[in-house]
Amino acid sequence: MMSFAAHVGLGVRRLLADWGASARLFGALLAASPRALMRFVLVREQLFYLGNRSLLIIGVSGLFVGSVLALQGDYALQRYGSREAVGLLTALSLVRELGPVVTALLFAGRAGTSLTAEIGLMKAGEQLTAMEMMAVDPVQRVLAPRFWGGLIAMPLLAAVFSAVGIMGGWLVDVPLLGIDPGAFWSQMQGGVDVFKDVGNGVIKSLVFGVTVTFVALLQGYACRPTPEGVSAATTRTVVLSSLAVLALDFMLTAMMFSI
Amino acid sequence: MAPFLPLRLRPACVNQLATAPLIELRNISVGYGDRVILDGVNLKLQRGKVLALIGTSGGGKTTVLRLLGRQLRPLSGQVLFDGQDLAPLNLDALYTVRRRMGMLFQFGALFTDLSVFENVAFPLREHTDLPEAMIRDLVLMKLNAVGLRGARDLLPSEISGGMARRVALARAIALDPDLVLYDEPFAGLDPISLGVAARLIRDLNDALGLTSIIVSHDLHETFEIADEVAMVANGRVVAQGTPDELRHSDDPLVRQFVGAEADGPVRFHQPARPVAEDFGVTR
Amino acid sequence: MQSSRYDAWVGLFVLIGGAALLFLALKAGNLLSLNFDATYQVSARFDNIGGLKPNAAVKSAGVVVGRVESINFDDKTFQAKVLINLYKATQFPKDSSAKILTSGLLGEQYIGLEPGADEKNLAGGDVIKQTQSAVVLENLIGQFINSKASDLGSAPAQPAASGSKP
Repeated sequence: MMSFAAHVGLGVRRLLADWGASARLFGALLAASPRALMRFVLVREQLFYLGNRSLLIIGVSGLFVGSVLALQGDYALQRYGSREAVGLLTALSLVRELGPVVTALLFAGRAGTSLTAEIGLMKAGEQLTAMEMMAVDPVQRVLAPRFWGGLIAMPLLAAVFSAVGIMGGWLVDVPLLGIDPGAFWSQMQGGVDVFKDVGNGVIKSLVFGVTVTFVALLQGYACRPTPEGVSAATTRTVVLSSLAVLALDFMLTAMMFSI
Repeated sequence: MAPFLPLRLRPACVNQLATAPLIELRNISVGYGDRVILDGVNLKLQRGKVLALIGTSGGGKTTVLRLLGRQLRPLSGQVLFDGQDLAPLNLDALYTVRRRMGMLFQFGALFTDLSVFENVAFPLREHTDLPEAMIRDLVLMKLNAVGLRGARDLLPSEISGGMARRVALARAIALDPDLVLYDEPFAGLDPISLGVAARLIRDLNDALGLTSIIVSHDLHETFEIADEVAMVANGRVVAQGTPDELRHSDDPLVRQFVGAEADGPVRFHQPARPVAEDFGVTR
Repeated sequence: MQSSRYDAWVGLFVLIGGAALLFLALKAGNLLSLNFDATYQVSARFDNIGGLKPNAAVKSAGVVVGRVESINFDDKTFQAKVLINLYKATQFPKDSSAKILTSGLLGEQYIGLEPGADEKNLAGGDVIKQTQSAVVLENLIGQFINSKASDLGSAPAQPAASGSKP
């Protein structure tokens, strides 16, 4: 029977070992990237699975989120007599925050879990070992293309989310609520800075892309090669990457928008 | 067995001229933490031979295969492939060695997102710059050797277990390796597929000048096709020789194993309390 | 390079993403109204810059004619020294004045330039002599209280003055 202190010590050591292994995998991913990018057809295939297949959920969610922002914004701004600023409110909320963050969360749920499950099942079916025995590095052949696919897809998906959201907001505001379309667009253009707002939003979505994709790949690669192991790994992917995205969002927002 | 095209015509006598063994395990000890799997194991295999590794479950047979591919490192001892110690090799050198080996995993380990053709073409595409037309020809020849040229466009999910294993065999020999490792190639196969698989392993070994190591529980089929048999139990090689020698061995453990007897050195009853205690028998 | 059957779809996806980014930059953002014109730099000194920040707008007649480059403290004159980049296309007389104004009641602060009457124009390196500092709320309140107090103070003085006249 181990004492409590020994338990804690063992737990800490295991945690550190996990972090070390994760860092090594990340290093291996980066090291394998140049060769993986040269075989761009693999990245393109992953872009299809991660990007195209996520377009529908991202688009529909963006539409609804943008419309809700417009509705709520209109209700709130009425008290201050600034109803025309609702376009600006919607655009800034989407471009700075909701676009990158919600897209990352949805991406983790849809693409992240499928990545984890796929890699986990490949591990369970000894496909990764078979690859190693065939002198093919699975990090380079399987993991790196998926990493870059996710990294490239995320900013594009976030942009689609924000754009569709703004259009959804327009649909609610102009035809439905009768706000002047000219004021809608001019207020927005006057307040949304391309580098500070749109640019920072793109940077955020890149950071989130790295985070979510890496967590998904790591969980799949390191999971126990059994059905229970794979299922636990997919759950962990969603939980870990969601928490990481939200924490990083806070830090990035503090850094970017505090001036 | 239908005739197939041999890719290399090597007279059998050439293989015997090479006296150095292709693979050698010297004084190998392997384990995790407190568990010792193999202790002081010595094994040699000449080129062109088929070696069968038999033994109790968890006795260390698959560990030997893993050591040969350096998927596992020994605690002490040396693993030699073609006279070269595997331990000091860096990753590139290790990959060069692995290209001379083919491995057949227990259930095939085919890539589920690729078709049968693409699976067999995989090693060729990854390691060679051959033009597509040549790759096509090579893949079809390998598939023909295992009798599955007609299944080339099917997905692994669409073929039976026996067929999947044959495809995996075609993939394992795609680069014309020197050594092929078979991890339980006969597990779960119906009698026909079993016979086919065994014949394929032996015929390919002879026609292509391969060296093969088979880990299996199927004593009947394995003894038919093996040149040598090594029995691994309790972390050591307890018996080594031709199949006939093992069939007529005096060692009680070997006799129990080969004769499939329920009780012997490997006890039937798990150690437990006396019968009287558990069933309340007083007399 | 090998081609994959998904290539067209991936191309479409990248196109849609790119279009979305362009939409955000142009229609939602201010890329079209960004000014990359050449500028010339002038400086102005203020007693109090209030909430003025670097990159704040410099407007004349409500139109943006430049940006604040940097704000520094001059410890010889104990004033704030503001460097302004004005667009080369806009010229101002040498005696123009600069005021720190607020857009809206509680909005961001910017510099308002009012043209003077000089024949010669400001050139790079010149100093805007006439400046008006930002309105500081506390000073305003203090002024208000003082003026109210002086109003109350002067009222009773009058009857006393008339009383002293026989």
